[in-house]
Amino acid sequence: MQALLDAIGYSTWVVHFLVFFPTAGMLLVLLGAENRAKHVAFWIALLEFVVSVPLWFSFNTASGSFQFAGQADWIPAWGVHYAVGIDGIGLLLVLLTTFLAPLTILGSFRYIDRREKAFYAMMLLLQTGILGVFVALDLFLFFVFWEVMLVPMYFIIGVWGGERRIYAAIKFFLYTALGSLLMLVAILYLFFKYRALTGNVSFGYFELLQVPLTFREQFWLFAAFALAFAIKVPVFPFHTWLPDAHVEAPTPGSVVLAAVLLKLGAFGFLRFLLPFFPQAATDSRIVLLLLVLGLIGIIYAAWVAAVQPDAKKLVAYTSVAHMGFVVLGIFALTQQGVQGAMLVMLSHGASTGALFLLVGMLYERRHTRLSGDFGGLGAVMPAFATIFMITALTSIGLPGTSGFVGEFLSLLGTFQTHPWVAMLGATGVIFAAYYMLPMVQRIWFNEIDRPENRELPDLSRRELAVLVPLVVIMLWMGVYPKPFLERSEVTVAELLERVEARRISTPSLLATFAAPPAGAAERAGD
Amino acid sequence: MEHAGFRPVLLGLIVLLPLAGFVINGAVALLAPARKRIVTWAGPGVLALAFALALVNFFGMLGVELEQAIVRDYWSWMPVGNLEVAAALQLDQLSMLMTLIVTGVSFVIHVYSVGYMGDDPGYARYFAYLNLFVFFMLVLVLGANFPVMFVGWEGVGLCSYLLIGFWFRDREKADAGKKAFIVNRIGDLGFMVAMLLLFTNLGSLDFEEVFRAAPATLAYGGALVTTITLFLFLGATGKSAQIPLYIWLPDAMAGPTPVSALIHAATMVTAGVYMVARTGVLFALAPVSMIVVAGIGALTALFAATIGLAQYDIKKVLAYSTVSQLGYMFLAVGVGAFGTGMFHLMTHAFFKALLFRGSGAVIHAVHGAFHHTHKEWDPQDMRNMGGLRHYLPLTWIVMWIGTLAISGVWPFAGFFSKDEIIWQAAARAVGPFAPWFTAFWAMAIAAAVLTAFYMTRLMIMTFHGEIRCGAAECTHLHEVPAVMSLPLVVLAGLSTVGGWVNMPHAIAELPVLGWLPSAEWIHAWLEPAVRPAEAILGPRLGALNEAAPLGGGEAFWAAVAFALAVVVIGVGSSVVLRWKYRPALESLEPVGLKKVLYRKWYVDEAYETLIVRPVVATSRALWRLVDEALIDNVLVNGAGYTSRAFGWAGSRLQTGQLNTYAFAVVLGALILLGFMLL
Repeated sequence: MQALLDAIGYSTWVVHFLVFFPTAGMLLVLLGAENRAKHVAFWIALLEFVVSVPLWFSFNTASGSFQFAGQADWIPAWGVHYAVGIDGIGLLLVLLTTFLAPLTILGSFRYIDRREKAFYAMMLLLQTGILGVFVALDLFLFFVFWEVMLVPMYFIIGVWGGERRIYAAIKFFLYTALGSLLMLVAILYLFFKYRALTGNVSFGYFELLQVPLTFREQFWLFAAFALAFAIKVPVFPFHTWLPDAHVEAPTPGSVVLAAVLLKLGAFGFLRFLLPFFPQAATDSRIVLLLLVLGLIGIIYAAWVAAVQPDAKKLVAYTSVAHMGFVVLGIFALTQQGVQGAMLVMLSHGASTGALFLLVGMLYERRHTRLSGDFGGLGAVMPAFATIFMITALTSIGLPGTSGFVGEFLSLLGTFQTHPWVAMLGATGVIFAAYYMLPMVQRIWFNEIDRPENRELPDLSRRELAVLVPLVVIMLWMGVYPKPFLERSEVTVAELLERVEARRISTPSLLATFAAPPAGAAERAGD
Repeated sequence: MEHAGFRPVLLGLIVLLPLAGFVINGAVALLAPARKRIVTWAGPGVLALAFALALVNFFGMLGVELEQAIVRDYWSWMPVGNLEVAAALQLDQLSMLMTLIVTGVSFVIHVYSVGYMGDDPGYARYFAYLNLFVFFMLVLVLGANFPVMFVGWEGVGLCSYLLIGFWFRDREKADAGKKAFIVNRIGDLGFMVAMLLLFTNLGSLDFEEVFRAAPATLAYGGALVTTITLFLFLGATGKSAQIPLYIWLPDAMAGPTPVSALIHAATMVTAGVYMVARTGVLFALAPVSMIVVAGIGALTALFAATIGLAQYDIKKVLAYSTVSQLGYMFLAVGVGAFGTGMFHLMTHAFFKALLFRGSGAVIHAVHGAFHHTHKEWDPQDMRNMGGLRHYLPLTWIVMWIGTLAISGVWPFAGFFSKDEIIWQAAARAVGPFAPWFTAFWAMAIAAAVLTAFYMTRLMIMTFHGEIRCGAAECTHLHEVPAVMSLPLVVLAGLSTVGGWVNMPHAIAELPVLGWLPSAEWIHAWLEPAVRPAEAILGPRLGALNEAAPLGGGEAFWAAVAFALAVVVIGVGSSVVLRWKYRPALESLEPVGLKKVLYRKWYVDEAYETLIVRPVVATSRALWRLVDEALIDNVLVNGAGYTSRAFGWAGSRLQTGQLNTYAFAVVLGALILLGFMLL
């Protein structure tokens, strides 16, 4: 297998392929016929996933550096490169994205019934943006992908969304754009500081990583980046775009939003905040602030979720609660915490993605999302009920499912540095039951009190094809998460070491510049 | 640590067999629910095999001096940094005993269910859940570390939830399931926090490691070990229905009766007791926690017994009786008598499973009769029964056996285990905590008296006196079929002789009572498993003073308890109740103290008012006031309106002119860039 991959030079082209193939596919969709669009898009996404699978096997788990890397000049005058690579954290998120894409597209076959060409083109463009963010090793490139991703999402909500779609789309865009604007300023600051110190221009990740910053500078730059990422995660109180965006977005939009887009914020914490601004990111006051915000997210969002009559909005709020565990895990700054956060992200991607798909499938049948409009469906659609139940249990972190492993590890990691935060965060297990079980009961249990609920078709084959892989992954990560854990283990360990080392002594740029930075050398060697 | 004399036989398979049953029955339930034949064989079949395998292992272990648990690692589950959690099972005397009880009782109840649930359209689904329950229960029992135990711990809670709400179209039943799950999760929080504390302080979550490191690392009576054990005990109060989290169990009787017998009497609810015994080393290090455990146990035993006095629903009486008996078990482990607690757990599994299934037979018959004549009466209300002994003679006899057993009448099973608990509580009344243990002992005695009385009341209301279910209905009352009566007889046998395996020597020396062969088998069997805990307890508590405390040894208190039970049953049935239920003596609705007891001391109402409603109200307030009003309208949209006031760009934003905005972003960035370049 590995020999075959080497023969076709897999590691040299795979990342470029994954990033740009969806864009090429987008053109194919746009040139093709309207009624074929969904099938073309599906096959493109599936092929993309198939091509990404060998990443899982050929990724060197013993190394924490960037693999499958590649680089080319883009705008030499500004030192902008097209530079990409995948580390253990990126690997899992890239695979999550490519795994979910074909399922999401397959899941939208019935839901999207107008302007299909445009819709699937947007979905594919979105894929390029997301993957670009996960692999970019140049801050300018990163920012471009970050913005590229924003546009298709805006249209997906604004064009194919529900009644208040315009409001939701603009809110989503404004929130996110506000964050990215500040982030852009911070990136530029790093760029100019680097130029001032070395006389060279570069947006390269490893070059800018060497810029020495005072605590004051770190603080402000941290704040700018953190705001952009915190909005994306979202961290309380920057979360109010999310329920609106989710409720108004079409099912596939919600799925991508919850399963992948939210991860970009957490990814940003790990890729940029911790390594670039270690003193700020480990400052006890800042850490405590973020942990408390994460904690509020867990409890507050769970409580608000519990009283939502709209099932989709309920699921949207649970996202905020889940991402609270991610924030806890990351800012615990321990191995278990960060790896737990990674697993929560993956688990949340599968389970919340599946929940949005399931609620969407209910909507397709009954044209309502109010859980009170259902009741007793367990007797009508047993297979649907079974999958819904497994997904709901994963979402509330039942041991044996992926939800538990992630939450447990992130709490365990947090407990070692901030026991009280972890103990309060653990109450999330109660509140998860408090929001999820009443909804399950209202939809699936009780008497069938509406005649229109009496005869609903159970899951179709297409729907099963969408959901079963998600259920399999939830159980796999719950029972045997080791393959997932070991792929991010070294990357996380090295990240934490670097943060710890740089927290103590900020590197002097001029001193390190005599020899090229370690990361850059490695990258050039690949 | 492989032991030369003994190798476990197919340990993993014991756990996997019920899981296989779940997969088979689950597939039938989804694909071909009418194929009941497959289910009838697969459901009880896997349990028969699992029980047989458990027996093979048990006989293999007999006569082997197994000093340490045998651990089987299957795969690495959560390896992160210095955390190493394996998917591992462990076999020692304690888990062996529990495995025997779980697989044995489960097998009998699966067989019984074939008859009880035979006509239900959800037959396959029922067996799927039941098999899944046994799987999780075995994971709980056999797990070799805290997280694996927690998998079983929450898993059985899930199955309990699914089975309580098995007839989910009935809102009340679905509500009861939900309540059970949420209340259990409060306990699970305790378990979880205890794990966090243990790992952070001891660096491991494996039972073996933790129990080896604990005595050296954790200071005796220190705040840390006390906190850990209290959190663990919070978990136990959830799963085993103790104060303050007992409220879910009586509601859980909404499930099918065999489920009440298996999950909510014999096995799952004893998990907390098992867990305390399993973590005995930790509890032994925390004397304050031990007093809390014993005290909560004694209080629950008494409190639940008082409620049992005034209930009319036959299953509710038994439910409160279960809560009360579980209290005894906690009293036992709380005074450090781990073996005694496990002993009562075992005998209770026999006689309570018997009583529940007897009540199931009664409900089955009465329900069938009402169904025939379309009478809309409650088939579980004892006020609608009476005189059933003429129609259900077998059930009547076995139920009396169960009643004598639970009341602690010699020579039935409950006598030996309960008397030992009462004596242990008395014997521990030495040292600085003597007054506490004396009080617990007195509560245990009082609860024993109440137990004998409410059970007598149940028997008389159900089986004696006139028939109150109606003349037309009588002709439709039928004794249970063989597939249900056979398990009843088996359990009746066990409830009779099951206690003899642990006949204390002291009783053997008594006149009249002492002719049974004495064999403190349970104590001897569990001795290696509880030795580490007793090694900590022993020197600190001193040898149990058999003679001094409260003026009597074990034999004395055994005789007293026996006499009390006989007097209560005898006097209660003949003098107080006069062998029949007389509705004329009771007003239609209970009044006074009786009403307080009937309404269960208003605890549910108090929780509803003090906890549930405020939480829901706060949730709504957070949503409407904080999320929508404050953050969204004031801050976010407010910012939007403000920017609109600043003019053109803002107004375009609000009308959805994205390109203008995008243009503004680029422009802004360029301006900033320009500034910096200059």
